[in-house]
Amino acid sequence: MTAAPIHLAGERLMLDPTGALHWPAQRLLVVADLHFEKSTAAAARGQLLPPFDTRETLALLSGLIRKYGPRTLVALGDSFHDAKGPARLQPRDQASIAALAKQTNIVWVHGNHDPEAPDGLAGESTPEFRVGPLIFRHQASPGRVMGELSGHFHPKAHVAVRGTTLCRPCFVADGYRLMLPAIGAYTGGLDVRDGAIAGLFPRGGRVFLVGRERLYSFPLAAHRQARNAQAEPQLLGGP
Amino acid sequence: MQGGMTGTLPELFRSWFASRGWAPRPHQLAVLAAARAGRSTLLIAPTGGGKTLAGFLPSLVELAEAPRPGLHTLYVSPLKALSADVARNLTAPVTEMALGISIETRSGDTTQERRRRQREMPPNMLLTTPESLAVLLSQPHAAEFFAPLRRVVIDEAHALAGTKRGDQLALCLARIAALAPGVHRIGLSATVAHRDAIRAYVAPDAEIIDVAGGAAPEISMILPEGRLPWSGHMGLFSAPEILARIRAARMTIVFVNTRAQAELMFQELWKLNDETLPIAIHHGSLEMVQRLRVEAAMSEGLLRAVVATSSLDLGIDWGGVDQVLQVGAPKGVSRLLQRVGRANHRMDEASRAILVPANRFEVLECEAAIAGVAANELDGDPPQPGGLDVLAQHLLGCACAAPFQADAMFAEITQAAPYADLTRRDFDDTLEFVENGGYALAAYETYRKLFRDSEGWLHVRSERVMRQHRMNIGTIVEAPTLKVRYAGRGQALGEIEEYFVNMLTPGDTFMFAGRLLRFIRLHETVVEVTDGGTGEPKVPAYAGGRMPMTTNLARRVRAMLNSPELWQDFPAPVREWLELQVSRSVMPGPDDLLVETFPRGDRWYLVAYCFEGRNAHQSLGMLVTRRMERFGLQPLGFVATDYVLGVWSAVEPTDVARLFEQDMLGEDLEAWMDDSSMLRRTFRTVAVIAGLIARHYPGMDKNRRQVTVNSDLIYDVLRKHQPDHILLRATRLDAARGLTDIGRIAEMLVRIDGRVRHQRLRRVSPLAVPVLLEIGRESVRTEGSDDALLEEAALIAEATTDAEPPPFRPRPVPAVHRANVARSKRSPQGRLFG
Repeated sequence: MTAAPIHLAGERLMLDPTGALHWPAQRLLVVADLHFEKSTAAAARGQLLPPFDTRETLALLSGLIRKYGPRTLVALGDSFHDAKGPARLQPRDQASIAALAKQTNIVWVHGNHDPEAPDGLAGESTPEFRVGPLIFRHQASPGRVMGELSGHFHPKAHVAVRGTTLCRPCFVADGYRLMLPAIGAYTGGLDVRDGAIAGLFPRGGRVFLVGRERLYSFPLAAHRQARNAQAEPQLLGGP
Repeated sequence: MQGGMTGTLPELFRSWFASRGWAPRPHQLAVLAAARAGRSTLLIAPTGGGKTLAGFLPSLVELAEAPRPGLHTLYVSPLKALSADVARNLTAPVTEMALGISIETRSGDTTQERRRRQREMPPNMLLTTPESLAVLLSQPHAAEFFAPLRRVVIDEAHALAGTKRGDQLALCLARIAALAPGVHRIGLSATVAHRDAIRAYVAPDAEIIDVAGGAAPEISMILPEGRLPWSGHMGLFSAPEILARIRAARMTIVFVNTRAQAELMFQELWKLNDETLPIAIHHGSLEMVQRLRVEAAMSEGLLRAVVATSSLDLGIDWGGVDQVLQVGAPKGVSRLLQRVGRANHRMDEASRAILVPANRFEVLECEAAIAGVAANELDGDPPQPGGLDVLAQHLLGCACAAPFQADAMFAEITQAAPYADLTRRDFDDTLEFVENGGYALAAYETYRKLFRDSEGWLHVRSERVMRQHRMNIGTIVEAPTLKVRYAGRGQALGEIEEYFVNMLTPGDTFMFAGRLLRFIRLHETVVEVTDGGTGEPKVPAYAGGRMPMTTNLARRVRAMLNSPELWQDFPAPVREWLELQVSRSVMPGPDDLLVETFPRGDRWYLVAYCFEGRNAHQSLGMLVTRRMERFGLQPLGFVATDYVLGVWSAVEPTDVARLFEQDMLGEDLEAWMDDSSMLRRTFRTVAVIAGLIARHYPGMDKNRRQVTVNSDLIYDVLRKHQPDHILLRATRLDAARGLTDIGRIAEMLVRIDGRVRHQRLRRVSPLAVPVLLEIGRESVRTEGSDDALLEEAALIAEATTDAEPPPFRPRPVPAVHRANVARSKRSPQGRLFG
């Protein structure tokens, strides 16, 4: 797995092909939209999805922590699929999170699915988080920013090639802000051409599609006019 | 039995027939006699034989003799249009003889008010579809509603048996048999290859009444003026000849093989249609309103031709159709006969049909099909065991109606023919899946859908579970599609697959619903378009649009290649082509496997003449390229047609027999299958039918683009954490039976063991030209090579856009499998013969 470097507000950041981001200078690892316990949330609505998603996402997370050995882990919100998610954790998964919290400082940034501190979990909880020139928040703030990292929209991109289209989660970046793909096992995505995302990158930018071994980079066209004016953010992870 | 004289038509009916100038047909009386004796029947008759009336006659007679309220006869057909048409046709005898029999239809479109009325005052005859029947059976009043039922008429039984809809119907009929013991069944079927299997499907003890033949169809073939194409499947070259035939007949159905072909052929015909003959288009993606309009125009005789796909294979009779054209290969004798039967719906007159092959191999296939029709050699696979996903849906439906006991339910289910061999383990696991998901992790105790009481009765947990289940009943799962509509809330045209929309950018032109459309934008779930547009139009293709050629036809084609005495009757270009093959290489033999290898440009080609159908060749292509890679032959890609497999590589393939050894069906196959997009698609269907992924929720906004859970993500997680989960087992079972034609590959490998004939040539052989021409147009990418494609696309983007290049990263040595990634695009039409 080869990470790709990118610069934001003068800082050198590494994009990992799993969809995580590492900031070597601060030994800080960032992930967005873990959506733990999405399966149990769906089960409550009558869809008995395989209840292994939290376990799967945690396995990915431990792998990343082994790989980068970060001092801090920032989860950019929607870490739980809903506010009651922490209470539904299997004991084994709860123990895994506790074990992670011993290896690294976890910062739970609030998301719209989990607007408050997760009950009974180790780590710091905050609406926004700043380190040096960078600001970490769940949802990108409209207008001019510098050095913002966010999640929320679950960006994905389509690439037309050889008469077919491939679709992958992706990072979106324009030198001012950087948006991370959702990393949770059951998280879907929103096309970067959608106005909700493209509108945040009016001058265009680049997308980095996640792949098995590396990332694949493509230009993102400047945003002309709202192609799809109002997307409903709450649609992204299911209600 | 009431009535006494079995088989004798009551006076009332005899005079009604006479008043129409008709006489009851022998098979109609035979069905009546069997019904009066309390026996189930399977009536096999060609179209136009008065089959439907035969099915209803016993019920009409019974109800005329002993009128009574309540449901008496249930009619199930695969098409709701068929139900409506049959209801109309029944009204004539019922009113003319003043029988006082109530007849109603029931489908997804039936209003709430009407449903309520049907519940309070059930009609004597209810005409419906498998889906609506399943919904009815999930209602709490089902037992009461169906108790007085005497008879079930299953129309187009051959089209239902062996499909998931057929599985669903079989389960419903088993349920009905429990609710109304003594019900008997009448199956109506076209002529089929596996009649005993269809009989078992209808009722194990059914008496077969077979109306032989009818007039033999007259089938001929036309070729395009001038050159006969080497490859391609659209047949557009023949448009002038097709138009001439349309002009010469009253009403023609121009059958094609894919929706894309329908769009292109329709455009091509209209380009030439100076007289503006009324020619329409009909296929499954068009808006229902548009399709109904076309069908109505056909009934009224307002059209001269309809370009159609299998959407018109079944359905009501259009008396006015006097000619059928099949453009492109017919693919199977049964399928051809079904289509031919759409013309001239009178049994005693010959149907006329004309085949229009699109390339040279298709000429052979058409010749084979004509011979097959003459020999009445029907093809098609026997129905396969029922799907566990359909079973899961059915079990929840049963529980919605009333609590049940597992043992009794198992006994009932195994009465349905597709589930006769169901194991108790599969049943129990399926039931457990319905109860609580069936996961190794007991996470869902609080969310179970069913619970067992102390006496072992299974109950549904809540009203909400029932409501949601009823909204999701049905077994037709389509690829995600988006609606196409004129901008500004204009007319809706139909639906195209989401992946196609993703390839469009605003301003692009595409061909749909017989129009040239310009893509404006995607707005929520709607693709907004305007008329017109410039530039090369794109044509939406649809997954799984193509059927493979049947084994019977393949065998006939191979036999023809080995019978030079037959070639005299073939068109000159075809004859010359075959003779040239004999002089340059050899003909594929009847039992061997001819493999030609030759260099061309900077690569080596391997062409294997397997004749096992496109699906089988695609799977085989995967397996062979894997093996070539292991042998260090550096395969670069492959292309599969219905007739041959073509592979290209950087190194000359030697020891060709080793590439086709039987052991390739072992681990290679399983590893590949599990990761293939084919299995992922199958899983999606299984997950939706089984109710793991709900399509509809109570209170869901239908116009919003709902982001439901991606089935691929679930598939990956489930495969990792519980590989033997019942839904994964159901998926593999579905895949193993027919979806990949693995069976055909296996049989072939056994047959050719020790009989691989390797021809090492200096240049391409005449027979290999068509497959080489498919390269670039048809080559399909290998599963797992998505990343390689992305790399390629990223590279192109880097070279063609002004944006800054991506950051430098050291490149890993590409260990990526490169099969099917064609590297260069040489002009295929060039000088293949040097």
